[in-house]
Amino acid sequence: MERSFFARSPSVLIFISMLALFTLLVTVLSEGMGGEVISTSMVKTLGKTLCLCLVAIAMDLVWGYCGILSLGHFAFFGLGGYMIGMWLMYARTEIIVAASLANTELPPTPQEIKDAIGTQIFGVVGGSDFPMIWAFADSLALQLLFVVAVPGLLALIFGWLAFRSRVTGVYLSILTQAMTLALALHLFQNDSGLRGNNGLSGLQNIPGAQDIPQSVLSVWFLWASAFALGLGYILSAWVVSGKFGSVVRGIRDDEARVRFLGYHVESYKLVVFTLTAVIAAIAGALYYPQAGIINPAEIAPIASIYLAVWVAIGGRGRIYGAVIGAAFVSLLSTWFTGGQAPNIDLGFYEVRWTDWWLVLLGLSFVVVTLLAPKGIGGMFDRLVRK
Amino acid sequence: MSSLLEVSGVFVSFDGFKAINNLSFSIDTGEMRAIIGPNGAGKTTFMDIVTGKTRPDEGKVVWGSDNVSLLKMSESQIARAGVGRKFQRPTVFEDQSVRENLAMALRNKRSPFSVLMYRKTHQDAARIDDLAEEIGLTADLKRRSGDLSHGQKQWLEIGMLLAQDPQLLLIDEPAAGMTVAERDHTTEILKQAAKTRAVVVVEHDMDFVRKLDCKVTVLHEGSVLAEGSLDHVTQNQDVIDVYLGR
Ligand SMILES: Nc1ncnc2c1ncn2[C@@H]1O[C@H](COP(=O)(O)OP(=O)(O)OP(=O)(O)O)[C@@H](O)[C@H]1O
Ligand SMILES: [Mg+2]
Repeated sequence: MERSFFARSPSVLIFISMLALFTLLVTVLSEGMGGEVISTSMVKTLGKTLCLCLVAIAMDLVWGYCGILSLGHFAFFGLGGYMIGMWLMYARTEIIVAASLANTELPPTPQEIKDAIGTQIFGVVGGSDFPMIWAFADSLALQLLFVVAVPGLLALIFGWLAFRSRVTGVYLSILTQAMTLALALHLFQNDSGLRGNNGLSGLQNIPGAQDIPQSVLSVWFLWASAFALGLGYILSAWVVSGKFGSVVRGIRDDEARVRFLGYHVESYKLVVFTLTAVIAAIAGALYYPQAGIINPAEIAPIASIYLAVWVAIGGRGRIYGAVIGAAFVSLLSTWFTGGQAPNIDLGFYEVRWTDWWLVLLGLSFVVVTLLAPKGIGGMFDRLVRK
Repeated sequence: MSSLLEVSGVFVSFDGFKAINNLSFSIDTGEMRAIIGPNGAGKTTFMDIVTGKTRPDEGKVVWGSDNVSLLKMSESQIARAGVGRKFQRPTVFEDQSVRENLAMALRNKRSPFSVLMYRKTHQDAARIDDLAEEIGLTADLKRRSGDLSHGQKQWLEIGMLLAQDPQLLLIDEPAAGMTVAERDHTTEILKQAAKTRAVVVVEHDMDFVRKLDCKVTVLHEGSVLAEGSLDHVTQNQDVIDVYLGR
């Protein structure tokens, strides 16, 4: 009767093949696999980029398809990172502490070990006791659950309050920014329980995998990120391909009309908002072990705005557009801000890209908005159709 | 016949301006009714009230054989209860195909989860084909609805209403901006629809109303000025003064 999902969404198979090819190629050429062409730090950059593509897909679902310009999805991304970071930091510190206490005369009591871990982790913020929120930090399973549950619940409550009172458009965007700012400011405090502006660090050291070199771990994470991105892509394409996608796009274009068709618009928005928050959080949980450190600056409101810029440049309302935008802009940004880009000497003035990159990004955002509102993905569409 | 919709003693004011002023009238089950009246008479506002878009300051709006009040229900609940509405300006989802527009309106479960799990059935596909035929858009099912002509968009919107299978259709100025041939087609569609459900049509065009051949309610300044057959109301001196005479 109905054509299969893959037949209706040809971009999915193309994307998955390209992603698989990319991942294989990077693996083969990586330092860790003896390829010696791609350095470990480059593998990490590429793995992180895949995570950014995943959060961009989430942003595209919520904004490009459902019309909710959320400027808070990077907060969910960061929260996901914090949740997994707690376990990573706890478990690794536990190993270190156990090793150093092993040499003492008397075997340490569990309480002594716990105190020592607390001192190690919270010494920087002048504490040693575990805050309440670390109660389950020793359990990988629970922290993994929290990766999904904490941002998901926050999105659910926030969304329920906002959508129920029919806050839309720019007011909703401002509200999501306010939420993000509040969260970042809270995390900046030393007594937030998450080490204030120090954030969580040493996340690249995976407990239980001490003997595996970073060059190999980086490839693992590349694969994990690619897998998550692939799944996220399929899930998103499936969600928007059928009648649900039809309703959601209807909400974006004319939500009152959708209401008069008998659909409860607020529930749909809530589902999309929460689902995308969870996707963002999973992306964050994969990103930060590769980045090695997470601190509240990562959650700052500007990060969520960049996310919207990526999606706009890539072309919203098409999932590959989000991927293109995130990959393109974030890699370019790494290149420019990393000092690799050659500076331009104008004689009277030297354009240093580390300073000028943001201006360039801002300008391209303006140009894309004015000249190609459908972004890079839109130009892509036109080529394919010809 | 029992009454399907009963509006009684309704008042609505916008910033002190009384748009609806003690409006009372009722629509019977399966009835076709035309509503006419000068600009600003409150015709669209009446539809806004029934569909839950505007909440009245006072008065009752009672629906169906169970006499439930529509005033406590949300827009989507009212729609699911069986009230379909066509807006004055054609509002279809321009970015989506004619088929998608109709599919979205089809009477099916509407919760996010059931829509997510929805699989197209043979019945639904057949229903869409029937509807497309009824509104004359069979050849256009695959087209992006934004590319349709003005008249076709109006029909698509009516088709979407029929797909909802409501007991009451509220139709705001369906013939505005249509050619003569398109108007005749629209008349046909509406008459056909009225065989199985109540239809309320707001229209300025007298020829169009005459062709509908039904009871007419004249609104003026937010309340009923006259009611009866078209010939009856057009001979009413008040109606001539405020509406026809100008
Ligand atoms: N949301 C609103 N806010 C303020 N005034 C409104 C609003 N909606 C309607 N009005 C006013 O209420 C009056 C009735 O408007 P309504 O749209 O119901 O008229 P109408 O009979 O549909 O007219 P038309 O034939 O021009 O469509 C008008 O004077 C209009 O300006
Ligand atoms: Mg009107």
